Amino acid sequence: MIDIQSVSKSFVTRDADPVHALNAVSLEIYDNEFFTLLGPSGCGKTTLLRLIAGFEAPSSGAIRIAGSDVAALPPQKRPVNTVFQSYALFPHMSVAENVAFGLEMQNAPKALIDERVREALEMVRLEGFATRRPAQLSGGQQQRVAVARALAPKPSVLLLDEPLSALDLKLRKGMQSELKRLQRETGITFVLVTHDQEEALAMSDRIAVMRSGDVLQVGTPRDIYDNPQDRFVADFIGESNLLPGAALGRDPAKTIVVRPEHIVVSPVSDGAKGHATGAVSAITFLGSDTLYEVVLEEGAKLHSRSRGGSALATGDRVVVDWARHLERELAN
Amino acid sequence: MNGAKTFDWRHTPGLSVYTALIFVFFYAPLLILVIYAFNSSRLVTVWAGFSFKWFVAVANNGAIRDAATNSIIIAIVATIASTAIATAGAIALERGRLRFGRGAATALIAMPLVVPEIVVAITTLIFFSGLGMHHGLINLMIAHTVFCIPFALLPIQARLRDMGGTLEEAGRDLYADEWRLFRRVTLPLLLPAISAGAIMAFVVSLDDFLISMMVSSAGSTTLPVYIYGMMRLGVTPEVNAISTILLAVSIVFVAAALLVGRRNRFA
Repeated sequence: MIDIQSVSKSFVTRDADPVHALNAVSLEIYDNEFFTLLGPSGCGKTTLLRLIAGFEAPSSGAIRIAGSDVAALPPQKRPVNTVFQSYALFPHMSVAENVAFGLEMQNAPKALIDERVREALEMVRLEGFATRRPAQLSGGQQQRVAVARALAPKPSVLLLDEPLSALDLKLRKGMQSELKRLQRETGITFVLVTHDQEEALAMSDRIAVMRSGDVLQVGTPRDIYDNPQDRFVADFIGESNLLPGAALGRDPAKTIVVRPEHIVVSPVSDGAKGHATGAVSAITFLGSDTLYEVVLEEGAKLHSRSRGGSALATGDRVVVDWARHLERELAN
Repeated sequence: MNGAKTFDWRHTPGLSVYTALIFVFFYAPLLILVIYAFNSSRLVTVWAGFSFKWFVAVANNGAIRDAATNSIIIAIVATIASTAIATAGAIALERGRLRFGRGAATALIAMPLVVPEIVVAITTLIFFSGLGMHHGLINLMIAHTVFCIPFALLPIQARLRDMGGTLEEAGRDLYADEWRLFRRVTLPLLLPAISAGAIMAFVVSLDDFLISMMVSSAGSTTLPVYIYGMMRLGVTPEVNAISTILLAVSIVFVAAALLVGRRNRFA
C-alpha cells in the first residue's frame, strides 16, 4: 500500500546545521494492515507521517501510495486522511459538517455525503451528535469525530498521529480496541504514530521501532518483543535486562537480553544452580507480581519479576536462572 | 516575618480613592463636554436648562453635514481598502513561505503606530505635492487607507498566530484546494478578527485630525478638521454637540470591536 524508499528529511534551521529528522528510511506497509511507527519523541516518526500525508516534502527518496509516486502531489490530492493529535476539528462547523467536509471538497453528490456522514457517525457511535459543535463535546467524543471525519471519504490510508495521547487511561484503552475494530471493519490501512509501546503492542499487526531518524526493526509485536535485534529495541519494548556478557562469564563482546518475567530467583541455600549469583538489593510488591532487584557479584544489576510473593528478603544471597532459549544475545 | 506586616501593594492605604481620582481625571472633562452639549445657554460654562437645540443646529448646518459626509465616505473607503490589504498581508506574514525577515516586515508595518503622527502628516503632504496629486477626497482616502493598515493588520495577524496551521492542514488533508480552504476554513475563523480590525480602522480614520488637516483642501474638509476651525472662533455649544456625536459613534464602534473579538474564541 505504502512503499517508502530510502527517504531522508532534513530541516534547514536559521543558525545551526540542518537537522536530520530521517536518514534514508525504507519501509513497506501492506494493504489492510494496522502498522505502527513507534519510538521516543524526536525519533522522526511524526516527520515520516507528515511526509506520507504530504505536509512535508522529502529531501530525498521516494514514497509510493497504492503504486503511484506521490512526490508531486499536495496533501489534497493524496488518497490519505489524517487524525491529528489535537483533533483539529473545525470549530465553526457542526459535527456533521466536519465529517462531511472531505466528501464535499471531493464534490460528492449530496445524497452520498448524507449517507456517508450517517455511516461514519454510526461507526464511531456518535449518531445523536450530528448537530453539536465540537466545543460541546468531551475529549473522547471529539476524538471520535476526528476519526469519523477522516474515514468518511474512504481513504486508502488512515494516518493517526498520537491520537490517544490526550485521553485519560480508561478512555485510551477503550479507544484502542475501537480503532482496532474500525481498522478491521473498514479494511483501510492504518498507520499509527505513538511513543507508547504498550499501545503499539496491543493494536498493531506490525511495528516499526524508530530512533534518531532510523528504523531499527520492523516486525509483528510478538517478533519484536521476543526477538529484539538491537539493545535499544530490547530496552524500549517492554522491560529488559541488558547484561554484559562478562557478568555471566561469557563473551564480553556480547550483551545478554533477558525479560524480567523469565528470570527465576532462588536462595543460594537451596543449592539451586543458575547463570550467576548475587544479592537481593530491593523488593517491590506490584500486586499480582513481585519485582526483585538483584546485584550480581560482577556488579551488574538485574530485575526479576515473578508471580506471587516469596520468602526472600533484602540482602539474601541468591542464584538467578533462566531457560537459555528465552534469552537473546546481541553484539555490544 | 511572624506577625509583622510585610509590604503588599494590594493593601496600600487610599488605593481605591487614588484610583477613583484617576478615573475622574480621565472622564470628568468628557462628561462635562457631553452635559454642556445639552445646555440651552449660548455660554459654554453657564447651565441654563436642558435642550436639544445645539444638536438641531448641528443637523441644520450645511458645512458640518458636508464635513461629516466626507469623514464617513473617507472612513468607509479607508476601512474596506485597509482591511483587505491587512488581511492579505497578515496571511502572507503568518502563512507565506518567506523564511526570514518576518519580524522585520511586521515591525515595518507597525511602525506608523509609533512614528510621531505629525511626521507622517508632513511626509504625506510632501509626497502628494511632490507627485502633483491634488485630488481632494481621493488624497484623503489614500492617506487614511495607509495609516489604517497597521490597526487592521495586528488583530488579524494575532488571530492567525493563535489558530496555528493545523486546522488549515486538516482542510488540505480533506481535499480542499487553496481557494476553498480559504473560504470554508480560514476566512470564517478569521472573521471576528477581521471585523475587529475593520472597526478599529473605521474609528481611527473617523477621528484622525493631523494627517487630514495636512492633506485636506477646500471642499474636502473632514469633520475633526472642521471642528478645529470652529474652535478658533471660540468654543460654542455646537462644538460640544458635534463632539458628543463623534464620541458616541466611537464608543459604539470600539465596544462592538471588543465584543466581536471576544466572541468565537477557541476552546
